[in-house]
Amino acid sequence: MPFIPHTASDEQEMLGAIGVPNIDALFDEIPKNLRAATLSEVPAGISEMALQRLMNQRARLDEVALSFLGAGAYEHHIPAAVWDLVGRGEFMTAYTPYQAEASQGTLQLIYEFQTMMTRLTAMDVANASVYDGATALAEAMLMAVRANKSNKSNRVVVAGNLNPNYHAVCHTIVKNQGLILDVLAHDPATGCLPGAVEAALEGAAALVISYPNFFGGLDDVDYLTDSAASAGALVIGVVNPTALALIKPPGEWGTRGADIAVGEGQPLGIPLASGGPYLGFMCCRQQFVRQMPGRIIGRTVDQTGKPGYTLTLQAREQHIRRGKATSNICTNQGLLVTAATIYMSLLGNEGLRQVALTAHSGTNALTNLACQIDGVTARFSGPVFHERVLSLPVDASLVVEKMAAHGVLPGLALGDWVTGMDDCLLVNVTETKTAADIACFARLLAEVIEEVKATC
Amino acid sequence: MLIYEHSRPGRMARAQYVAAQGISSELADDLGAHLRSSALGLPEVSELEVVRHYTNLSSKNFAIDKQFYPLGSCTMKYNPRGAHAAASIPGFLKRHPLAPAANSQGYLACAYELQNYLKDVTGMQAVSLTPMAGAQGEFAGVAMIRAYHQKRGDHDRVEILVPEAAHGTNPATAVMCGFVVREIPVTKEGDVDLDALKAVVGPRTAGLMMTNPSTCGVFERQIQEIAETVHEAGGLLYYDGANLNAILGKVRPGDMGFDVLHMNLHKTFATPHGGGGPGSGPVGVGARLAPFLPTPTVGMAEDGTYRWLDHKDIPDTIGRLSTFMGNAGILLRAYAYARLLGAEGMNRVGEYATLNANYLAKSLEQAGYTLAYPARRATHEFIVTLASEAKHQHVTAMDFAKRLLDYGYHAPTTYFPLLVPECLLIEPTETESKAEIDGFVAAMTQIRQEAMTEPALVTTAPHSLPVKRLDDVKAARDLDLAYKVTA
Repeated sequence: MPFIPHTASDEQEMLGAIGVPNIDALFDEIPKNLRAATLSEVPAGISEMALQRLMNQRARLDEVALSFLGAGAYEHHIPAAVWDLVGRGEFMTAYTPYQAEASQGTLQLIYEFQTMMTRLTAMDVANASVYDGATALAEAMLMAVRANKSNKSNRVVVAGNLNPNYHAVCHTIVKNQGLILDVLAHDPATGCLPGAVEAALEGAAALVISYPNFFGGLDDVDYLTDSAASAGALVIGVVNPTALALIKPPGEWGTRGADIAVGEGQPLGIPLASGGPYLGFMCCRQQFVRQMPGRIIGRTVDQTGKPGYTLTLQAREQHIRRGKATSNICTNQGLLVTAATIYMSLLGNEGLRQVALTAHSGTNALTNLACQIDGVTARFSGPVFHERVLSLPVDASLVVEKMAAHGVLPGLALGDWVTGMDDCLLVNVTETKTAADIACFARLLAEVIEEVKATC
Repeated sequence: MLIYEHSRPGRMARAQYVAAQGISSELADDLGAHLRSSALGLPEVSELEVVRHYTNLSSKNFAIDKQFYPLGSCTMKYNPRGAHAAASIPGFLKRHPLAPAANSQGYLACAYELQNYLKDVTGMQAVSLTPMAGAQGEFAGVAMIRAYHQKRGDHDRVEILVPEAAHGTNPATAVMCGFVVREIPVTKEGDVDLDALKAVVGPRTAGLMMTNPSTCGVFERQIQEIAETVHEAGGLLYYDGANLNAILGKVRPGDMGFDVLHMNLHKTFATPHGGGGPGSGPVGVGARLAPFLPTPTVGMAEDGTYRWLDHKDIPDTIGRLSTFMGNAGILLRAYAYARLLGAEGMNRVGEYATLNANYLAKSLEQAGYTLAYPARRATHEFIVTLASEAKHQHVTAMDFAKRLLDYGYHAPTTYFPLLVPECLLIEPTETESKAEIDGFVAAMTQIRQEAMTEPALVTTAPHSLPVKRLDDVKAARDLDLAYKVTA
C-alpha cells in the first residue's frame, strides 16, 4: 500500500471506533449501482526503483546535444543553489499562505519577488504571479478593459509580431467576455510595427506591445507608448525579464511609461521542462492595483508591532468575491516564484546584465557566422535581443528535421507559425552557448542546407 | 530581514558571473536608444547570504513534510519523493517544449499514458492535460459547454447553475466564460435542494457545476436524479474534481452522469502544492464534448509513435490555454505517482482517505465537538461547527485554528463552506497514520478545554510562531507591496 501507513490492527481499531464492520460500509450512502469502478487502463503498481529505470529510459529519448530553440522558452544556466533551496520540503510542500503566521517564509519571499519585479520592470506594483506568460497577457487584457476609464471600449489592439501562441491563448480566454482583438500588422520588411499607428489605436482600450517581439526585434516602444497615450489606450508591455537587464524597462517607455507589464518568468532560473510549470509575472501602475488579478502580498505589523507579511486586497479574489472577482485564478506559481527570487538574488544586477550581454553577443556572433553561408541572410536587419530570424535558401522545416537527427535543434521553423515564412528559422542564443557551439551550429547548417538542396 | 537588507553595493555571487566564452564581449552598442540606463535594483549579496537567507525563510513555513495539514478541500497528502525525482531527470528538465516530436517520444509516451489513466479513473472518453490548475480546468470545461451549445445554435443557454456551497472558483469561472450564475440552495442534510433545482432549470440552463462529494463533506445521494433533471432540460453537468480523492478507485464521475470534469492533480495525484502552486487541472469529457477539447493533446500515430494533436486534428477546439502544453513537469509527477500506486493502490486512496476522515470525525465528536452533518457519513472530509463555542465562550473558529498552530498542526480550512457558521472543514487524507490523527484529537481536546477555562489563551493565539496575528486592515489600507529600495 504505497504511502498508506495503516497496519491491520490500526484499521480494526479505527473501524471499531467508527462502529462499522469494514471500509466498504463507509461508502453506504453512495448508490450501489455507482460503486462499480474497476480500473482497466491503470497498470499494476511498480517500485520506486522500477519507476526510476523506466523514467531514465524515457528521458534519454528526449536528450539533445545542443539546442538553439527559443520562441518563448529559453535555456539558461541555473545556479546549483536555486533548486537545492526550492526543493526544501518547507517550500515545496507548503500550501497557499492563507494562515499567515504559519507561512511567513513563503509570504516574505513573495514580497521580495514583487519588489524585484517592480524594480526590473520599473513599474509600481507586482502580483505574486499567474500561470505563464501567455495567461498573464490574457489577464492583462481583461484588466486593461476594466481599468481604462477614458473609454468604454472592449477593443484591444495586439501587435502582429507577438508570439502567435500568446495571441491564441488570449483569444481562448477573453473571447467569451466580448473582447475584440485587433491585430496591428507588422511591416514585413522590418518585422516591427509600422511607423504610423494613430488610426489603428483610435478608440481602443489598450495596445499590446511585445519587447522583444516574436522575431527577437525591438520595436520603437517610446513612439508606440506615446501614441497609445494620446489615443486614450492603455499600454500593455510583454517583456522578457533577462532582456530588461539590457533594454529599456516598460516603466520608462515614452513619456509616461507602460500601464501594465507582463511576461514569462521562465528565464529566471526555471528549467525548460517541456513548457511548464513556469510563471507569468504581472506588474502595473499603482492606480490599477485593485483591477489586478491574482494573489498580492503586503507588509504589515502584528499585534506587537513586529513587521510581517500577509495576503492583501483579497476582495479582488474568487474565494471572497465569487462571481464578481477579477479572475477565477486560485493559485499562483508559488514554487517557481521561489526559484525566480533566489535566481535574481544570486545573479544580482551585474550577474543578470552579464547573462543578457553574453546572450546578445552570442546572437550577433551566430548571425555573422551563419550569414557567411551561401544563401543565408538575416531576415530583418534591425537590432535584436538574443533571437534572430535567418532566411534560408531551402525549406526551414527540412533543415530542422535533419539537424535534429544529428542531435542539434537549430531553432524554430516559422512556416507553421507565420504566413509566408517557410524559409525562415528563428534562432536563439543564450549565455549557455560557447563560440565552439556556435561554430558547430554554422558548420552543420551549411552541410544540411547542401543536403536538402541535393535532394530537392 | 529582507534579502535587500543584506545587500551591499559591489557585493556579488561571483560564481554566477558568466564569462563570454570565446565570444568578444563587445558592448551592446547596436542597441542604441533601446539600452537601459536605469539601475536594475536587484539585491547585491553573496551566494552564502542567499543560501542562508532562504533556508532561514523556509524554516518559517508549515509544510506537509513538517506537520499534519488537515486542510479541508485541499488534500494535503504526502508528496512522494520518487515522483519528484522521476520528473527531475535531466532529459525531462532540458526538453524544450517546441522540440520536434521525434526528439520527444519519452515525454509524449508519459503524457499519452497519463491521459489514458485519467480517462479510466474518471470514466470519461477523452482527456486534455493542458489546463494549468483547477481553476483553468474549470474554465476549459465551462468554455466547452458554451462551445457545445453554440455549435448547436442553442444561443439562449446563458445560465450556469451552482450550488451555494460551491468553491468560489465555480461562479468566477462561469462569469469568465460569459455566463450568468444562479445559485441553488442546499438542504439541512447537505444535499442539493432538488425542488429548487427543478424550479430554475430550463431552456436557459447551459449547465450545472457540482462537486461530489460536496464541500459539505457528504456524498450527494441524489446525483443520478440531478443529472437526469439537468440533461432533460438540455443542460450539461460539470464535475469539479476538487474532492476526487474521496472516491478515487471507488466511483467514477462519468458513471454518475457528468459530461465534463477537471481533476486537481496537485490534490488527488499528490503533486506538491509549492506554497500556492503550481497546480495542474486536466479536463476529461464524454463523447459530446470531445470535439471541443483544449489543445494540444497527445495522440498515437499508426506506427506507434506519439505526436501532438492541435487545431488541425481537433478543429472545434476551444483553443489553447497555455503558451506551450500546460504544467508538464507536474504531469510527469502525477504519471509517476500513478505508476507507483497502480490500479490497486489507487483503489485504496479513496478507501483510506474515507476511513481516516470518519475516524477523525467520530473522535472529535466524542471529544465534545459538534459535527455539522452528524446524521451523515463523512466522505474524505467533514465539517465541525463552533457556533456554540463562539456564542458562549466568544471563541471563534478562527481562534481555534490559530491555537492549533501553537500545537504544531496546520489549521483546517476555516469559514468554508459559507453556509455553515463558524466552521472548520477537516480533511486528514489517506497518508496520515492513526497515531498522527490521535495526536491532533488530543490537541483539539486540549484547546476546547482552554476555550472554557482560559479563553484569552485561545483568542490571542498563536503565541509560538514567528509573528502574532497580523493587522490585515493596515495591510490593505497602507498598501506596502514592494520594498522601497534606496539607491
